[in-house]
Amino acid sequence: MEAIGLLMHGFAVLLTWKTLLLMMTGLVLGIFVGVLPGLGGPNGVAILLPLTFTMDPTSAIVMLSCIYWGALFGGAITSILFNIPGEAWSVATTFDGYPMAQQGRAAEALTAAFTSSFIGSLVAVMLITFLAPMISSFALKFGPPEFFAVYLLTFCSFVGLGREAKHKTVISMSLGLLLAGIGMDTVSGQLRMTFGSAELLRGVNFLVAVIGLFGISEILLTMEERLALRGHAAGISLRVVLSVWKDLPKYWVTLFRSSFIGCWLGITPGGAIAASFMGYNLAKRFSKDQDSFGKGRIEGVFAPETAAHASGTAALLPMLALGIPGSGTAAILLGGLMVWGLNPGPLLFVEHKDFVWGLIASMYLGNVVGLVLVLTTVPIFASILRVPFAAVAPMIVVSCAIGAFAIQNAMFDIWLMLGFGVVGYVFKKIGIPLAPFTLALVLGNRAEDAFRLSMIGSGGDLKVFWSNGLVGSITTLAIVLLFWPVIDRAFSGVSRMLRPAKA
Amino acid sequence: MSNTDIEIVVEDPTAPEANSPQVVSVRVVDVVVSLLLLALAITLGLDNWRAGAGWESTGPQPGYFPFYLSIILGGASLYGLVAAFLSRTEATETFVTRAQLRRVMAVFVPTVLFCLATQYLGLYVASFLLISGFMRLVGKIALWKSLLTAFIFTAAMFVTFDVAFDVIMPKGPLEAALGR
Repeated sequence: MEAIGLLMHGFAVLLTWKTLLLMMTGLVLGIFVGVLPGLGGPNGVAILLPLTFTMDPTSAIVMLSCIYWGALFGGAITSILFNIPGEAWSVATTFDGYPMAQQGRAAEALTAAFTSSFIGSLVAVMLITFLAPMISSFALKFGPPEFFAVYLLTFCSFVGLGREAKHKTVISMSLGLLLAGIGMDTVSGQLRMTFGSAELLRGVNFLVAVIGLFGISEILLTMEERLALRGHAAGISLRVVLSVWKDLPKYWVTLFRSSFIGCWLGITPGGAIAASFMGYNLAKRFSKDQDSFGKGRIEGVFAPETAAHASGTAALLPMLALGIPGSGTAAILLGGLMVWGLNPGPLLFVEHKDFVWGLIASMYLGNVVGLVLVLTTVPIFASILRVPFAAVAPMIVVSCAIGAFAIQNAMFDIWLMLGFGVVGYVFKKIGIPLAPFTLALVLGNRAEDAFRLSMIGSGGDLKVFWSNGLVGSITTLAIVLLFWPVIDRAFSGVSRMLRPAKA
Repeated sequence: MSNTDIEIVVEDPTAPEANSPQVVSVRVVDVVVSLLLLALAITLGLDNWRAGAGWESTGPQPGYFPFYLSIILGGASLYGLVAAFLSRTEATETFVTRAQLRRVMAVFVPTVLFCLATQYLGLYVASFLLISGFMRLVGKIALWKSLLTAFIFTAAMFVTFDVAFDVIMPKGPLEAALGR
């Protein structure tokens, strides 16, 4: 009940003309970013971050989170109309969305995608409203060992549960953690890994890295492929919207299941990609008519979109409550909070109530406004794709450079961005995942501080990570998740050995 | 009412040909990247060893945490090196074809030149040159359209960042001549 009162206070903070205008601007920019090839949620947020530097933290985070919602909505437009998934999590949406467009049901598919995005996000935001304050008040009891154990759990679950080759995830994560350590050591004041370079004294700003890794590398990758597009134009009428909405109760099981999967994979770092595929596959598996999937079935749009958006939104829960982002974009938003001197984590709910509840209220409002906006403006945004890529690509490069420079007013950062662009291009092509790198880069210093404080407290005894039930369970869970593929294989082997014995 | 009979078609006159020869395989790049990462791990490991990777009375020395991370990075890179050598799929997989490389360079080289120009001419002049040049030379778009688009975009960026949001960008001789 207390949460509802605080949420109402959040709405009161939010409902000013200035904030509402910023919200609309953020949503429009976000949809734009989602539709444009070569851009997406994480880089869109990172590139547009400098726009918010002169704002107060609440206005800034409202605008940034609305860019995020807008990008999530925008991705569905290209998936359905052009069979081009703007984001990896939109791939599953193309399976049935594009066939629907080919059958002349583009408006129906788009309405289904936007509505299910809204439902998925709404469920996750409700979860954040009621769960985040509880988790954060619980986390207030955490000491350095508990925090390090939670960081370890995040890192280990990325390695153990990720789809990529394990050694590649380890490379990505350790590289991110190492780069986070460049510059002045916060405890001793000694320089580390700077090799005499004055520019490296500041360290590697993770936003610069993100802009290069996601923005520049995506331009290089997009440029590599054929840029010819052939797709469907679509306008959505009120009649189509109402007819899709009228049928929604029929799909409540799919929507509920996908929301649950999305929230689960968002809070744990499973991610929106895994959520969307799992949502789609389960909808297919439990369907009485499995063969109709992939041929233009509306449930095939509802399931992945609900799961992906629930996941994308739920990833903000650990960021707000514990200061640990559940996704790459959440990591960038977390970086944004740090730029304004806010320290994400349990204390945020105590020290900056206006900010936190304003942000949560903006998630509700941003989703409602976003839904109305996309339903009414699809033809305009779809026509953005008529703009030749040769015009879009250099504009994105310039925006990336502006973003990279503005963070620390350093020319060196523009060069660094370019370097990370090449690294991102090569890493993506050889299968080294970038999300663990981003996460490690943003959490590196905090993880190291928590580790050092734990070790100082225990006199160097690693048993501190099993010193009580809470920290012991988290550390043990982390190790189990790290070795999960081995454990899973061992269980499968044992069950295979037992099966013929039973027969 | 949906309007699906209207199609949006964007042709790409510079599309890479499908049968372009391979420049390098995924395996070769994977091996090179693993070797580079291994070298980086050794370099960073040595630097952290120098900074102090042990213990002192106040706790772990500055290089302690990154030193062990360097070892993890080195180990994973070594594993990656062996895995890349043994992988049969990577050997046959194409990393980039000649046509693709040409296109990647068509955007990478102008980006490098843009960074250089930003350093000496300022960001706004550099962005005008990049956008107009790229649209005209790579996209084969009409000169007037290229110049107009570049001017409008650059002006919009200037008004947004320098005027409205007070975010100062790198300036060059043109801005100095105009008193900014």
